Amino acid sequence: MTTSLIVRAATRILVALLLLFSFYMLLRGHNEPGGGFIGGLIGATGFILYAIAHGCRAAREALRIEPQTIAMAGLGIALAAGLLAWLVGDGLFTGQWLFLWPDPADPGDKGVPLSNILIFDIGVYLVVLGSVLTIVLALEEEV
Amino acid sequence: MAGQETHTRPKGAAAWISILLPAALFAWFAQHIPAVAAGEVLLWRYDWVPSLGVSIGILLDGLSLTFALLITGIGTLVTLYSASYLGGHPHHTRFVCYLLAFMTGMLGLVLSDNLLALFVFWEITTISSYLLIGFNADEAKSRRNALQALLVTGTGGLAFLAGVVLIGTAAGTFEISEIEGSLVDHALYLPIFLLVVAGAFTKSAQVPFHFWLPNAMAAPTPVSAYLHSATMVKGGVYLLARFQPTLGGSDLWVWTLVLFGGFTAVFASLLAIRQTDIKQVLAYTTLMALGTLTMFIGVGTEAALLGAMTFLIVHSFYKASLFLMIGVVDHGTGTREATVLRGLWRKMPMTTVAASLAALSMAGIPPMFGFIGKEFLYKGALEAPLGMEWVVACAFAASALMFAAAGITAFKPFFGKLAPTPVEPHEGPVPMLIGPLLLAALGLWLGLQPDYAEALVRPATAAVLGAPADADLYLFREVNTAFILSLATFAVGLALYLAHVPLRNALATVPARFDPGWDKLMDLIAAGCKGLTDLIQTGQLRRYIFVTFAVLAVLVAYAIWRGGVSPQIPPLEELRAKHWSVLIFITAGALLTAVSNSRMTAIAALGTVGIGVALIFIMFGAPDVAITQLLVEVLQVVLVAVAMLKLPSLNREYVSRLRLWDLALALTIGGLVTLTLLAVMQAPLDLRITDYFEATSSPEAFGRNIVNVILVDFRALDTFGEIAVVVIAALGAFALLRGTKGARP
Repeated sequence: MTTSLIVRAATRILVALLLLFSFYMLLRGHNEPGGGFIGGLIGATGFILYAIAHGCRAAREALRIEPQTIAMAGLGIALAAGLLAWLVGDGLFTGQWLFLWPDPADPGDKGVPLSNILIFDIGVYLVVLGSVLTIVLALEEEV
Repeated sequence: MAGQETHTRPKGAAAWISILLPAALFAWFAQHIPAVAAGEVLLWRYDWVPSLGVSIGILLDGLSLTFALLITGIGTLVTLYSASYLGGHPHHTRFVCYLLAFMTGMLGLVLSDNLLALFVFWEITTISSYLLIGFNADEAKSRRNALQALLVTGTGGLAFLAGVVLIGTAAGTFEISEIEGSLVDHALYLPIFLLVVAGAFTKSAQVPFHFWLPNAMAAPTPVSAYLHSATMVKGGVYLLARFQPTLGGSDLWVWTLVLFGGFTAVFASLLAIRQTDIKQVLAYTTLMALGTLTMFIGVGTEAALLGAMTFLIVHSFYKASLFLMIGVVDHGTGTREATVLRGLWRKMPMTTVAASLAALSMAGIPPMFGFIGKEFLYKGALEAPLGMEWVVACAFAASALMFAAAGITAFKPFFGKLAPTPVEPHEGPVPMLIGPLLLAALGLWLGLQPDYAEALVRPATAAVLGAPADADLYLFREVNTAFILSLATFAVGLALYLAHVPLRNALATVPARFDPGWDKLMDLIAAGCKGLTDLIQTGQLRRYIFVTFAVLAVLVAYAIWRGGVSPQIPPLEELRAKHWSVLIFITAGALLTAVSNSRMTAIAALGTVGIGVALIFIMFGAPDVAITQLLVEVLQVVLVAVAMLKLPSLNREYVSRLRLWDLALALTIGGLVTLTLLAVMQAPLDLRITDYFEATSSPEAFGRNIVNVILVDFRALDTFGEIAVVVIAALGAFALLRGTKGARP
């Protein structure tokens, strides 16, 4: 498959931007539009673009890990995040929060929030990314 | 199995576990004999599924303890036997697993206090017996007979489940120990009775469901000895006995059980005489025992139940012993044919002792325990309040035929002049002799010391009767009607035995075969399923979608008609320019999709419809949904476009012919959905959940994006389930796509 030089050259930058944007969407999801599902879809779009421009083999190499492995790892991470709550004695998938370095002077500043919710959302991100790429790459290679 | 390599002693961990586990359980159950004999009912309970009211309760009364001791005791001897019999078999470990699973199911069945748990264990015995009967899976006959047993007992199991649910409804509890009084006068009695009896009769192989049991002899001999003497087939008898206080006593109960049981007993005894394969003879005599037990449970008086419980123990001992014995003979001589075997006592002395003792008990000759069993059956029969003549006649005919069958099984093969056999006759290894000898000896010992049996028989009778019972077993006290009947049995039995060869030939001409009918039924079901599949599975995706949407249209139309919806057109003047433009955008995309003659155009146009919908989401303040919609739309176009490269170009004429149908369906669905949505708008929106999420999202879950907070926090478990589905779908698609390529890279 021959793709135009412009597409191939632009893809390198676009893919990087799309991936960065997908992380951004993932991280901001709790307060603004975004989240693991949307982030995963955007990330997958980036790799699909790469596959269209440079071929599936190159996309798989760029991915380094088999997409189905990514999907299953994501599922495992999401489950681990849920089990974490259970381990500390709450119900499964209960949110656990840790706020680092809050500003004592400012009651509005709670500090850097860390939570198993974020881990769960990362799991969702990986599942969506891996699953979509599993299907798309297999389908493209089939054709 | 003849010629199979055997071990002289158990080898390997699997063999030892399979022997020691039931032995330990037997010891545990045995220590409860004194308490149960004193009339106590022991109950342990553990909540399993509290929300469904399912608990695992162990109910140990006379009935369940008797069964548990038989299951574990005979189980120990059978596993010891099979460690030798199948010791050299490549799948011995697998066999042990099946057998232990079966034993678990059987123990659970007789010990469960909860009816739902009882049903689960009932099904475990069905499934594990399927695996055991079909153990020689490379033989087609074995597989067929295993499937037959599974289908017959499994169908009965379903009926039983329905019966259990009805009992739970009628009695208000699923705990056997909590069911009080009788359900005979309940409005649901008839369906309960029919369903429970269907389950019991299939499991215990009563006519007309009897045909699977002799076929199940395709199993290895230890399985036959275990399943078809002491355990599985007695599951149905256990069920009838367990429900006798609850469901018994009505005319319907008495007559059904007495007629079917009596007929099965005599019919099966006649078929037993007809067989030449000794294992088949034993299989049919098992049917006779099951029929007899069913009949006497049906009679339901204290004397009849005392006879039934005694006979239950008698039969388990002699039948297991004889089954194991025939395995030894089969192994030692290479045949099981009654017409061939003769005079084995010189070559197989220990087997001869075991077979003789067991056969004496089977024939009911004093001083064996079998004699006591038969005497008390006669006593019970003579006191039967309903149909006394029938019960006595059936019991007498069956016992006399049993006498003859005992002669065929264990007298003729061992005595007289030695006849040539395929293999030079030799005695079996010690582990294979312990079981038959011990069980046969028990038959003699309990005959001489019947007081020991009373410890079990008395509480068992009381449990089946539902009231305290008295049991006084004895060998001989006076000459009475039952004793005279016994003497007559011997006379008639002896005559039958002496005349059994011409009798066998005469009976062999009687057509009483159920298997051709069964095979026809199976073929009919398979053909029906194939016809139905051909009818609805055309293999054309277009047609599936058409049918799916047509059904949806009909159902929605019906719901709207039933609901009496009166949709109101909302005021159009509220629509502003941006709304109109999106509306036109979507409509144009849809129209282009519908009329386009190119696939690529159609899919791109469909994409614009999706984008239009995303715009609507944005207008009404759902950016997350809009973003997702947009991205999915993009992916969909990519996926479909990739797939389209492989498709042939559209057949214009064919498409134009179908399009009218599609148009009609599309307009119908669209109209119905619009009506539904307009109707939904009429109802006041319940905002309680929305308000809750809005109020708690930020303070409790520390997130301002409510959609995402719901997804990853409030309903994280749902999301987890969904992403699991996504992964499974992706793997499925991957397997399908790769599967067409042959071997994976």
